[in-house]
Amino acid sequence: MSEPDLSSSSLTPAEEPTEGSTSRRRMVLNMGPQHPSTHGVLRIILELEGETILNATPDIGYLHTGIEKECEVKTYQQVVPLTDRVDYLANLSNNLGYSLAVEKLLQLEIPPKAQWMRVLLVELTRINSHLVWLGTHAMDIGAMTVFLYCFREREDLLRIFEMFSGQRMMTSYIRVGGLALEPPRGWEQAVGKFIDAFPSKLAEYEDLLTKNPIWMNRTKGVGFLALEDLLDCGVTGPMIRAAGMKWDIRKDEPYSSYDKFDFEIPTREASDVYARYEVRLEEMRQSVRIIRQAMDGMPEGAWVTSAPNVVLPEREKMKTQIEALIYHFKIVTEGFTVPAGEAYVCIESPRGELGYYVVSNGTSKPHRVFMRTPSFANLQALPDMVKGRLIADTIAALGSIDFVLGDVDR
Amino acid sequence: MASKIQDALSSAAALAKGMGVTLKEMMSPTITEDYPDVPPKFQERYRGVHVLQRDENGLEKCVACFLCSANCPSDCIYIEAAENTDSLRISGGERYARIYNIDYSRCIFCGYCVEACPTDAITHGHGFEIASYDTSTLIWRKEQLLAPASPRETQTAINPPPGVRSPV
Repeated sequence: MSEPDLSSSSLTPAEEPTEGSTSRRRMVLNMGPQHPSTHGVLRIILELEGETILNATPDIGYLHTGIEKECEVKTYQQVVPLTDRVDYLANLSNNLGYSLAVEKLLQLEIPPKAQWMRVLLVELTRINSHLVWLGTHAMDIGAMTVFLYCFREREDLLRIFEMFSGQRMMTSYIRVGGLALEPPRGWEQAVGKFIDAFPSKLAEYEDLLTKNPIWMNRTKGVGFLALEDLLDCGVTGPMIRAAGMKWDIRKDEPYSSYDKFDFEIPTREASDVYARYEVRLEEMRQSVRIIRQAMDGMPEGAWVTSAPNVVLPEREKMKTQIEALIYHFKIVTEGFTVPAGEAYVCIESPRGELGYYVVSNGTSKPHRVFMRTPSFANLQALPDMVKGRLIADTIAALGSIDFVLGDVDR
Repeated sequence: MASKIQDALSSAAALAKGMGVTLKEMMSPTITEDYPDVPPKFQERYRGVHVLQRDENGLEKCVACFLCSANCPSDCIYIEAAENTDSLRISGGERYARIYNIDYSRCIFCGYCVEACPTDAITHGHGFEIASYDTSTLIWRKEQLLAPASPRETQTAINPPPGVRSPV
């Protein structure tokens, strides 16, 4: 079989082939934007020599929705449904990050029940997000079965989210001031049933993957990047913990009463795809632990703060008391004003540090909302991870980053 | 050589363990739903296609206060208000929505309209099969959104008994 002549094609060779090295010609290959294992519309420009990657450049922006800009024309409470759509696999984490930032500006005190409920929900979100990651990551590498099992468990979680908020994914359940609705009847049974069954399901995934020789060959030593390089790229979350750094915002800068929960931060040293897999699996176990504590110790009381000019009044009051009705009309039509200033709040989303930077100019609409999304920073580590490796390793490395394109492009 | 044999054995054991999981799952009952042959099950709070409710007299609950459209993050509700008269009484309040359109090509089903409604007129039903090849059909009019009324109720809506007149 003869080599195709690259000079006449649209693919430009990175350098002119020198004499006697016809087999060592470089070629440029687009992986994506429509490639199943890029998990969305990501284009990676791969510079290849044979099957070896010389350089990889992620080309982002295909899913740019202008969400940050859109926030500037919505009232503060109307921004919450937009934050759902940033990282669409960890909606409640985004709701929480944004709500915490606005609450910081408003200096609102959130009642303990709402705080614990938030912790419970974002931990369920973490499991949900990690399940999608595990399923799709394993499927990319060739283990189809795990995908089906993960999505079966995810279905139970989505049903729980639907029970709470009325929507499976775009929940908008965590709002500025507390929660959107009272926790539904029977949520304890639904969540309890899930966390009772889930550890045995995790063991099943481990049976399928952890010792599987194909899985180990495809993941061990693949996608290695030293801790310093990860830090230089601004990588956070499970990736950095798989490189041995014990950094978790839930522990290091506790928010929403995470300091009252007892859990471990799993770390590994290897900093390869396999280590990231181990860390995320262990994180799911820890999440179950946190959820159990949240359920056992759920405080009594209000699920929304008492701030009549921010939070909509109770529906019964609104229908019977004229004052509550006036507040209701005022908040719905104008929104609430937030004192001028700026606030940055970061939380530990399933992917890493998720920060919301909200600037207020004293009106009822934010002047600027900036999202420090973990996927964007984490994706920067990709080129260094795959340089000098084979194309097939790109798929494994890409999956181990666990990015969401909505989170990258916003 | 011995280590190679050991490797092969442990690999085989790991694969057998994985196959064991698959075999176990084969025996367990299926959990997939048979949609569209069997209607899907929803949670009580499911946010589906809106339903405009009627009161106990069959009158429309909507009094055209525009709160739903003010609270809508995607600007998908269009209302035109009109006054109720003695000969034509549509809602229990002073005004009624002459036109009430929801643009389902914009609606994100966030539930903000339902939260805003002071008369519980707009609610989320459990309908969801609204996909269309033609986006112009996605603008639903009031007639499509209203909860059905029985013929008797329609009669009372036009000629209401004295008790249900609005306290003007």
